[in-house]
Order: sequence, then C-alpha cells, then structure tokens
Amino acid sequence: MRHLLDTDTLTRDEAIRILDASAQMAATQEREMRKLPTLRGKTVVNLFFEDSTRTRISFEAAAKRLSADVINFSAKGSSLSKGESLKDTALTLQAMGADAVVIRHWASGAASRLAGSGWMHGHVINAGDGTHQHPTQALLDAFTMRRHLVDDSAGKALDGVTVAIVGDILHSRVAGSNIPLLRTLGAKVVVVAPPTLLPYGMTDRDDLDVHYTLDDAIEAHDIDAVMMLRVQRERMTGGGSGFFPSPEEYTRLFGLDGDRLRRMPDHAIVLHPGPMNRGLEISAEAADSPRSVIVEQVSNGVAVRMAALYLLLAGEEAPQ
Amino acid sequence: MTSTTARAHLIENVSLYGDTTADLVLAGGVIASLSAADAPAGAVRIDGSGLVALPGLVDLHTHLREPGREDAETIATGSRSAANGGFVAVHAMANTTPTADTAGVVEQVWSRGREVGLVDVFPVGAVTVGLAGTQLSEMAAMANSRAQVRVFSDDGKCVHDPLLMRRALEYVKTFGGVVAQHAQDPRLTEGAQMNEGLVSAELGLAGWPSVAEESIIARDVLLAGHVGSRVHICHLSTAGSVEIIRWAKARGIDVTAEVMPHHLLLTDESARGYDPRFKVNPPLRTQADVDALRAGLADGTIDIVATDHAPHPDEDKDCEWGAAAMGMIGLETALGIVQKAMVDTGALTWRDVARVLSETPARIGRDAGHGRPLAAGEPANVTLVDPAAAWTVDPAGTASRSNNSPFGGITLPGRAVATFLRGTPTHLDARLTETSTEGAPA
Amino acid sequence: MTGTVLGAPDIARALTRIAHEILERNEGHDSLVLLGIPTRGVPLAHRLAARIGDVEPGFDASARAGALDITMYRDDLHRQPTRAIGETTLPTMGLDDRTVVLVDDVFHTGRTIRAALDAIKDLGRPRAVQLAVLVDRGHRELPIRADFVGKNLPTAKSERVDVHLTEVDGNDEVLISGARSATDGERA
Repeated sequence: MRHLLDTDTLTRDEAIRILDASAQMAATQEREMRKLPTLRGKTVVNLFFEDSTRTRISFEAAAKRLSADVINFSAKGSSLSKGESLKDTALTLQAMGADAVVIRHWASGAASRLAGSGWMHGHVINAGDGTHQHPTQALLDAFTMRRHLVDDSAGKALDGVTVAIVGDILHSRVAGSNIPLLRTLGAKVVVVAPPTLLPYGMTDRDDLDVHYTLDDAIEAHDIDAVMMLRVQRERMTGGGSGFFPSPEEYTRLFGLDGDRLRRMPDHAIVLHPGPMNRGLEISAEAADSPRSVIVEQVSNGVAVRMAALYLLLAGEEAPQ
Repeated sequence: MTSTTARAHLIENVSLYGDTTADLVLAGGVIASLSAADAPAGAVRIDGSGLVALPGLVDLHTHLREPGREDAETIATGSRSAANGGFVAVHAMANTTPTADTAGVVEQVWSRGREVGLVDVFPVGAVTVGLAGTQLSEMAAMANSRAQVRVFSDDGKCVHDPLLMRRALEYVKTFGGVVAQHAQDPRLTEGAQMNEGLVSAELGLAGWPSVAEESIIARDVLLAGHVGSRVHICHLSTAGSVEIIRWAKARGIDVTAEVMPHHLLLTDESARGYDPRFKVNPPLRTQADVDALRAGLADGTIDIVATDHAPHPDEDKDCEWGAAAMGMIGLETALGIVQKAMVDTGALTWRDVARVLSETPARIGRDAGHGRPLAAGEPANVTLVDPAAAWTVDPAGTASRSNNSPFGGITLPGRAVATFLRGTPTHLDARLTETSTEGAPA
Repeated sequence: MTGTVLGAPDIARALTRIAHEILERNEGHDSLVLLGIPTRGVPLAHRLAARIGDVEPGFDASARAGALDITMYRDDLHRQPTRAIGETTLPTMGLDDRTVVLVDDVFHTGRTIRAALDAIKDLGRPRAVQLAVLVDRGHRELPIRADFVGKNLPTAKSERVDVHLTEVDGNDEVLISGARSATDGERA
C-alpha cells in the first residue's frame, strides 16, 4: 500500500491484512511497555484542516507508540485561502521531509488530491475528507465487530455478519467508508435513514437493504451490530433546508433506545463513531449498555492506526 | 484593426461545406468570386485541397474576463485563442468586474475588441444590475450603444425570480434582443459540486440534480410562449432539457438552445480523480445525457454549439475540488470536438457544422455580416478546417492566458487551419504559410 | 548445487543434545522458559521444551515455551517489502526473573537476535537470556554468540541455508544451496 485514501480500493486480502496487523498491535498495547521502536526516525504529520481532537490524538498516539516523530499541523484556512493552503502546505511538508501525512479536510477528495497531485512524496492517510470517506474509522469498526462477532478471528473477514448503519448516510464519511468495506468483507449491510439523508441511487442498490425506520430494520433482520451515526446539528432544521422536521421526530423513528436494543438478538453490539448526542440518536441506556462497544472502539482506533502506519511506512521505500 | 485593404487571398480547390469543390477569392473584405480566374494579381495563393471551408465560426458564449480578471484572460488573448479556434466572432459574457450592465462597460469591451481586431467581440449585457437578480439593468441603453447589444444574460447566475424573468423577456422585444438564460435553480444547487448521481454519491460530492436545470427551462419556455418573446437557453446538459426544448419547439415557442463541446464528450465519471479541471457549470452529466445531447444537436432540437470558454488561473484549479472554480477553456478545442463527437460519428455533416457553429449563432445574436453563405459578394468571414489534421491537445500551448482545459492529452481529429475576418487572415497555420505562394494562377 | 547437510535423525539428535546442555548449564529447570523466533524457531522451542519435559518430569512443556515475534524490532524493515507481523505468545510463567532461552533455526549475522533482545526488554526483565540455534552458519555482523549450537556449518556468504521442519514444511532437513540468484533474500 502506498496510501490509505478510501475503502473502495482495498481488496479483501488487504483489508484482512490490516485487521490482522491491528490485532497484533492491539496485543502490544496490553503490555506494560507499549512503545515499539518500529518507526524510529520516521516523521508523521497530522495535517488537520478541520477540528477533530479525537481523531488527531488517536493518530498521534498510534504514531508515537511506534516511535515515529509526530508533528501536528492545524491549518484552519479562511474560505479565501482554502485552495492555496493545501498546495502550499503540501510543498512545505515535502520540504520538511514528512514520511506520512494524516490529513483531515473539509473537502471531499482532498486526501486523494494530496496523494495524486505530485505536490509531495510522502504516504497519505485520509483521516476524513468532507462527506466522502474516513477509512481508518471503518477499519476500526470492522476490527471491533470481528473481535466480538467472529470466533477465532485471525485471517477472517465478516462473512455472514449483519450490520445496520443508522442515520445521516448522505453526509457521513463514516458510512461512506463502512459500506464498501463491510461489503468487501462479506457482511450484509442494512441502511436505515430518512429518505432525505440517503445518497442518490442507494435504494436501487441490490447489495444493500434500505429501511426508512429503525423498527422496520429490526423487524426485518437479525442484526448483529448496529452502528449509530452522529446527527449533525446543522442538518436538523433551518427553513426549507432541514433534512427532517425535528429532533423529536428523528429520535422517534431512528433513535436507539433500550427497548429497540432488546428487540435485537442478544449478542448484538452497539457502535457509534462518537461524539454521541445522547438522547438524540442514542439513549443513555443503549450507550451505556453492556452491549455497547463504543469505548472499545476508541482503543481499537489506536491499534488500527498503528497497523495502517506500520503497513504504509515500515516497508522498503518505493522508488521516487 | 481589420481593414478592407488586406491583401487578396486565393484559396484553391477547397471543399465548400464539405460538399462542393471551388476556389475562394477573398478581396476587398468580401468573397469576390468562387473562381480562381477572377483572382487579382498578387493574391496570396493557398492550396485548399483536403480542406473544408465554412462560414467563419461564431461563439455565442465566451468569457473573456476583461475587465476585472485579466489574470485569467484578456480581450486580446481571448481573441487570439478564438481566431486560432476558427472563430470570427465571440459574444463576451457579462460577468466581468465591473459587470457589463451599463452602456459604458459594454462599449469599453466592444471597442477593445475592435482595437485587437482578431475577432468581432459582441458584448453580452447583463439582464440584472450586478447579476444580482433583483433589478433589470438598462438594457435599452446597451442595445442603443455603439456595442449594439442584442444578447442579454446573467450567465454564471440564473435569472431565478420568475416575475423578473417575465419582465426581461418582454422588455427585450423593444430592440429585438434575446435573453440567454443560465438555467440553474439556486436553491436546488446550494453547495452543489457535480452531477447528482451514482458518482457523486460515491465521491461524497454534493449533487447537482438535473431537475435544477430542467425546472427553470420548463418555466422559461412557458413564460416565453406566454409573453410571445424569444428565449435562448444556455448550455443544455441533460436529456430532460433536450426533451423540454423539443416539446417547446413543437408548440411553436420561440426558443433556441445551445450545447457545449465538453457536454458532448465527457461524463461525470471524469470527476473520479477529483481533478478540478473537470469541474464545470453546469456539471458533466451521464453517458445517457451525452447521447441525448448529441441526438438533440443532430435533429435540430439544439440549435447551436457554443464554447462557454471559461478561463481560470492555475491557482483556482490547482486545489481541492470543493475550492476550485467552475469552468473550462474551449475556444481552440471546440471545432475538433464537434468533429470527433458529431461529424466523425455521422451525426452531422460539415454543412450542419456551418449551421450550428456559424449561421444559427449569428442569427440568434443578430450579428450582421456573420454566418453568411459562402457566396460571391458576401463578407469574407471564412474558416478553413483540416479534418485530417489530428492533434493532441496541450492546454499550455493555447493562446488563452489560462490552462484549464479538460482535454489535455486527448487527440482530436481535426482543427481550424485558417481564419479570415473580412478577408484578413487572423489565423494561418504554419503549413499554409509555407506553401502559400504569390501571384496569379498559371 | 543443493545438498542436504542434516537429515531428520541428525536434527533429532542435535535437539536432544541441546536440551541436555540447557539443563546442565542452568542446573535444572526451575526458572527456565523457551522463546522461539518465528517462523521455524517456534516449533524448535516447543520440541526442546518437550525433550526437557521428557527428562525432567516436573517441567510443564506447554507452560514454558512461547513465541517472540521480532518484526517490529528489525533494523532492516525499510529494505524489504512490508512484512506481516507474527504472533508473540509469552509462556504463562512470564519473563520476569526467568532464564529465557531464545531459539532460532539459523544463526547468521546476529541482527535477528539483537532485535529479539530489544523485544525481550519491552516484555519483561529476565534474569538471563541464552541462545540456542539449530545451525550456526557464521558471518556475524554483531558481537553476539550462541550458547547452544546444533551444528556449526561453515558457509560462503553467497550460499543459502534452508531449514525445513515437519510442523511448517512437512519434513525435517537442513539444505545448503550455492550461487544464489541476486533476487534471493538474505537470511539474517
């Protein structure tokens, strides 16, 4: 792998390889001494054009535990300088000798642009681009599901697992990365969203099941894992632009509470990429239930990002 | 300045409209004769064998960027690029800084075009003041100015208010003008980045639905029919738009429509690399739309091809898709693309190309002296096409000040090798210069 | 140019001898654990543990043998395509205050063992670390020596030594081949 930009282009073997490496990384994180010398002398730049403390510190922890040097670069550009700042920043990073750039950006395709532009040579990891993808989030979700739902999981995918993704599919890069990855790994994907928050053409896809209420989805499927997406406050209302009438109506149709959780199979787990809107897309009872793996997702995130950094950076240098 | 004192030219054995072979004698600013025997002594002789002669091309939709964005294009560089592409006249869109919404600005553009003298620059006047969509601009003043503006457009923005659009359609009847509508419902396209479809869903780019274009076109043809005015629809991009125009014409509504070369060749699949060179307004659509646009152009539903030549400096394209400007340069590639997409596929003849790239745009724009027949006594506005001169597009190699062509590296089958504006060669391929000789024929 | 230098009986005899030497050197098995280096060091460590268990009834072979993956401690990661990370399994007794016997198949430059020593350091604090190898082919690049050697095998640098073990390869033998092509990997 040269870059990690999206999950569409990951093969099944590559995805399993990342999950297996993540498992080994996770094992090292249970030791007393959690730091590994693997990426000593490498420089990883966290290039964040958008605030995301959680994602940034997860990547930072991952890089540091592999002994890489980490430079945090927050470049919140004004709307006028947006375009210039990506190119000029990339040229700066190239001059500074960044081996890998972890980029979070408001523009869909920014990571791809950085990787393909020739502005810099280093490896690029997409840490969320606009409403496109967030591949390490999908990988950590898959890793978490595999741990809980697949026996003797090393080397295995998610065949036969049914995953429901609930919420704003249209704008969610988490859903954007999860759907292709889960399909690649053989899981059955159930999408639950109001029609206003579904991407064009999704209801026509024959490799997905789409439902317009969470109750319908629970009724129709034996859900093994339910992934609740965060509702972005700005999508809720606002004249004729609101995607749904009110938070209350959203919660009634799409919120996960204890009652709905109890109607799922007993082994079903609850995921959420965080941060949660408790009381909106998920109730406190569901979020804090023993079946919630939301906190574990965070620690798995570090292991998955360690694996990604290892697989991108540890091998021989590609010819320039 | 063009001049009637230009040297005479004799173009021998050239194919007029791709069907009859003749000689063209250009002298005194007119086509003096179709027989070499009438060439004056000292005429420059050009071997026209293998070439197709068309009436000089007219572009109804060009952005020359001057005044205001001379970093992207100037009237001089845009005129040079137009002449290279075979054009003898261009309509310069009004979205400049300041906006071409007063007689003063349009006269400035018009007179600068005259000074440069490579093409006739016909300024387009803004429909509303500052393109703001709230108040009609003084269109009659622009129509009565030296620039004699006949085409009015807020291009880049849609005249969205239906009442304002109705008033504009009615008002231009005063001087035989036409409103050229940029059909884009602003509410349906807030933040839109590319065609709404499977590709936009996959790329996470905000979708630009076809209906945002089609709903405005449907409204405007009904309005034009209601008030008995003529309306021109800019840059059709969807199959549904073609259907609506076809329907409107069948009802006798006085509507004309244009299509851009890029919409005849490219689809939204091009967006996959997030390369902003493929970001354009209206966006590249699907293959079904491309097919419908080609069919519509072939059957006359779509009247003309226009370039929507939209230069942008490198920094406006060398960035993220979401931050990039919309638009493509196209003056020098338009003819080659029309040949590739329409002529070489058998959908249009060269005579049809004369219609869609010269005669009809000149008629819509009321451009006196353009789009005239290739006949004795007519103005010597002539474009020579070499349909066998395949070339690979190099955006940096065009005369435009900008490089934002989506066609870099693509091979086009033919191109304009000579352009004459009232008898003066404004573009003459090096090959023709080398082989041209002086003196009367033997 | 390929020849068998050790057959299955030779390997078995060598391992039995090493097992006895380990016991003798350490005056018993009380604190002894064995760590095999993947891939082929791991079955070798288990075989040695089993042999020690045969001699010393109180020695629980399954609790004393483990695997130590050293991939993330290598100093040549950037010279090779990315390696898959192997599994590290510590003996249930842990490493602290134990005598750790590292086990590998071929002892060559010493870089693998250096990496293993670094890895051990992150996992615990053994009382002592010793090294057992099936084959010592020489050409050391670091000041490291083995405590227990199955067979000293003088080789040319251009030669290649391959250990086959039943658990991994289906049979037991040690092969030596010469004049390798330039694309063959160097075994560290």
